[in-house]
Amino acid sequence: MSKQSELCTLTIASAKEKLLKGEITSVELTEAHLKQMDAQKHLNAFITPTPELALQQAKESDKRYQKNEAKLLDGMPIGVKDLFCTKDTRTTAGSHILENFVPPYESGVTSKLWSNGALMVGKTNMDEFAMGSANITSYFGSVKNPWRKKGSNTPENLVPGGSSGGSAAAVAGNMCLASLGSDTGGSIRQPAAFCGLVGLLPTYGRCSRYGMVAFASSLDQAGPLTKTVEDAALLFQGIAGFDPKDSTSADVPLPNFQKALTGNIKGMRIGIPKEYRLDGMPQRIEKLWQEGIDWLKDAGAEIVDVSLPHTKYALPCYYIIAPAEASSNLARYDGVRFGHRAEGKTLNEMYAKTRGEGFGREVKRRILIGTYVLSSGYYDAYYVKALRIRKLIRDDFMKVYEKVDALLTPSTPNPAFEIGQKMDDPLSMYLNDAFTVTVNLAGLPGLSIPAGFTDDELPLGLQIIGKPFDEGTILNIGSVIEKSSGFLEKARLIRGN
Amino acid sequence: MKLVEGKTGSWEVVIGLEVHAQIISNTKLFSGAPTGFGAEPNAQVSFVDAAFPGMLPVLNRVCVEQAVRTGLGLNAEINLTSVFERKNYFYQDLPAGYQISQYLHPIVGKGQLKIELADGETKMIGITRLHLEQDAGKSLHDQHPNRTYIDLNRAGVALMEIVSEPDIRSPEEAGAYVRKLRSIMRYIGSCDGNMEQGNLRCDVNISVRRPGAELGTRCEIKNVNSVRFVMQSIDYEVQRQIEVIESGGSIAQETRLFDPTLGTTRTMRTKEDAHDYRYFPDPDLLPLRLTEDFVAQQKAKLPELPDQKKERFVKQYNLPSYDADFLTAERELANFYEEAAKDVDGKLAANWVMGDFSAAMNKSGGLDKVQVTAKSLNALVKLIGNGTISGRMAKDVFIDMLETGKDPESIVNEKGMVQVSDTASIEKLIDDVLVQNQDKVAEYRSGKDKLFGFFVGQTMKASQGKANPQLLNELLLKKLQ
Amino acid sequence: MTITRETVKKVAHLARIEIKDDEETQFADELNKIVAWIEQLNEVNTSNVEPLDHAVSYSLRMREDSPESNNHASDILKNAQETVLDFFSVPKVVE
Ligand SMILES: [Mg+2]
Ligand SMILES: [Zn+2]
Repeated sequence: MSKQSELCTLTIASAKEKLLKGEITSVELTEAHLKQMDAQKHLNAFITPTPELALQQAKESDKRYQKNEAKLLDGMPIGVKDLFCTKDTRTTAGSHILENFVPPYESGVTSKLWSNGALMVGKTNMDEFAMGSANITSYFGSVKNPWRKKGSNTPENLVPGGSSGGSAAAVAGNMCLASLGSDTGGSIRQPAAFCGLVGLLPTYGRCSRYGMVAFASSLDQAGPLTKTVEDAALLFQGIAGFDPKDSTSADVPLPNFQKALTGNIKGMRIGIPKEYRLDGMPQRIEKLWQEGIDWLKDAGAEIVDVSLPHTKYALPCYYIIAPAEASSNLARYDGVRFGHRAEGKTLNEMYAKTRGEGFGREVKRRILIGTYVLSSGYYDAYYVKALRIRKLIRDDFMKVYEKVDALLTPSTPNPAFEIGQKMDDPLSMYLNDAFTVTVNLAGLPGLSIPAGFTDDELPLGLQIIGKPFDEGTILNIGSVIEKSSGFLEKARLIRGN
Repeated sequence: MKLVEGKTGSWEVVIGLEVHAQIISNTKLFSGAPTGFGAEPNAQVSFVDAAFPGMLPVLNRVCVEQAVRTGLGLNAEINLTSVFERKNYFYQDLPAGYQISQYLHPIVGKGQLKIELADGETKMIGITRLHLEQDAGKSLHDQHPNRTYIDLNRAGVALMEIVSEPDIRSPEEAGAYVRKLRSIMRYIGSCDGNMEQGNLRCDVNISVRRPGAELGTRCEIKNVNSVRFVMQSIDYEVQRQIEVIESGGSIAQETRLFDPTLGTTRTMRTKEDAHDYRYFPDPDLLPLRLTEDFVAQQKAKLPELPDQKKERFVKQYNLPSYDADFLTAERELANFYEEAAKDVDGKLAANWVMGDFSAAMNKSGGLDKVQVTAKSLNALVKLIGNGTISGRMAKDVFIDMLETGKDPESIVNEKGMVQVSDTASIEKLIDDVLVQNQDKVAEYRSGKDKLFGFFVGQTMKASQGKANPQLLNELLLKKLQ
Repeated sequence: MTITRETVKKVAHLARIEIKDDEETQFADELNKIVAWIEQLNEVNTSNVEPLDHAVSYSLRMREDSPESNNHASDILKNAQETVLDFFSVPKVVE
């Protein structure tokens, strides 16, 4: 193995060890990843690479290692979803309307990252305003999944999932050690599943939303995409915690998540919600779910069949609430203070042209739906109705949590598909998130853990859903699946690294 | 009930007011940007106020306290749970495309306010609610032929919107309502009530109906910014509506603007192009939950309010209701009066505060701009009370006080202005006057009573204004018998 | 059909998004499908269910009333397409 590929296949944990021992420097580590970014340019994982910034941060990091002052994530090359505002680095949210926006401030989670010593290799591509499940709605072009079907001789042509598709592709393509994503309805967990990564949606309120371009404020959370569960714990540790600048941020203690990874789940009760067995779900996914159940049983957990009766309503509920919030959150993109502006003779003409040109089709569709469900005469029938269903969905979870410690489900009802599929029908695209939106609606933590493969060797994920602020438990359960499934070893064989 | 006569009979006027009051606070409702008046354009704007991507609102505690205290001052229910909602519409001075306001669950519920009318009557006006919301920015339309300029310094400043029940029946009542509301907020310190700076703005809802009939269609006059304009705009609007209906037309529900130079109102927005505001709970904010303790703390911080103070003044200083109203309208004047009235006749002190002192105040533009302190006015009233000087002399002393800022004792001493109260010297002066005016004495004695004033004047003049007027009167009356 | 081209036009105006004529029909079709699909929520009886707008139960925090020191017009204005004398500038609005 070349030094280059050796450095790029490290994890945060293993890189930290080598950095501490002085076997490698952060500059070396960073240069290797920047080189890989160049080599993998065709995947279109980054909107704005930041090599100069990364190298400058790497140099500072090396100084801290020399002085024995290394911090939690010191010297780690990280990709940052282009949804997080980064001071003096362009932040586009994947949209034409923010194509030239350079924030004069730093988001809450990235501030924490930098103060923990991490460094940024670039801003990763994403579905426009995080609206999408295939990373095909970005103004900056689709992202390609680094994974290929077994025997495929064509260039990469699978979607990485979305909306954090660039973040997932960047890690799976070894362009950074880990990345930051955001999850409103599955936008971390679904791409993690499609790209063979660990993706964590933290409990709502655990990570600051300050400086994160809003999609649906009551659902949005930042979270890590990593190669291993241990890395997920480390990166999560580095971004989580109370932020007074976010009124929805929870002022609760932050445990040590690495310490939670004991691998011991004896006596733990894991619920299996029957409603996640969808008609027409691929057999392989059903089978993977059963394998997951068996691994947990073997590790001493007790499996409990449970019911979350309102699960099937989560998706339509989500597609009222999220667009409603988005229609209001995106009203600020009016061409006056920042972002794209089109000329118009009147103010209203200027607004309409600016927004007509600046937003892509999926964003417009969701703004229209959101505006419609909030408009006079429909508010109660759609929006308030959805909020009542949301209550039932959360109640379902809280009720089963009286009996179980966590839940196990598949992450997605399907593996990565080809770019161009499902494009013409928004509804079939929305189904991608059937297993993940429930978790956002209930404000719970969810972990997607790569656990197996399709027959043509594409990764598949299992999802573990936890109690509020109990990320430690789901990360620990995830570590058991990671070990039992042997996913990492098999993946290395398949991808030849 | 006050009715307006039209050509076809009488009409009852129904008025409800929505008052927007800027809260006194150092920073804005949801951001840490300062709120001072008169800054350079866009110099007091945070990224939150300008609705930059990813910026989030964080509620200002002082604004909540001010709203709660104002609610308590209006004898209103405080809602322990209230919710911030977004009012969505596009406008150049509204950066986020929505205003954070309160809709279904305001922080303050029903209350009431007592107004005093010129005829001495009082009336209760119901308060529907008080809620917290953000102010918008300022647009400048006259700087360029085809551009509008925007200054966001005001965007996000905290407002209380105070909505009255449609209990108001005349321009006079509307004026009294706004003045009383302003007085209460100034007492509490929650709003400075400065209408010229736009810190207090009124939306006036007006309809007319036949006495006792169903409510008529109302028009809303937006952003009227003085008490006089509120009254003028109602006068005009009432006449307009009556004329429309009496000539066979009907009133269209619409939003109108008042033109202060013409004294008229005109259509701004009809019902057809009314906004669909799409209110919904702000997902960036959680419900605000206050404790009973919090409310009790705010209650404890309330000062004595105008109504209570008025009642006390009537009892303690033996004042007529009108005087007590006048003196308690502003907290500073009430405090001034109390100091001026210390250990002297309360009514006499009131006359001085409401008369000469108020005149001086109006002339110089404010209580603190008058050279006469409450303490020196108190001394002046004392000098009158103990007979050292006469009321007439006091007027001259007061003019001196205004000009020099000196205390009345020194002025009286310097000018030797001590009142003559000794019977013998006054009798001597009277005798001289009577001798010199024997013809008039004869006329008086033959029944021309009116000449009495002439003798008083002549004698006072002869005493150089120092004669004790009461004594002078008694003695003169005796001598002329 | 609950959503007509007229509805799309009205909603697009509320949202200030210019939509071309040929897009109107397309959006109407798509929105109809989505609305028909979300109407399955009507299967659920929610008459005694409180609406839940946030999945958290803590109360809104309040901050102290102390001013931020760093307010610069230049930071606020520098991303704008059109500014004049420290003002934002837009096509003339007639009131
Ligand atoms: Mg109003
Ligand atoms: Zn208002």
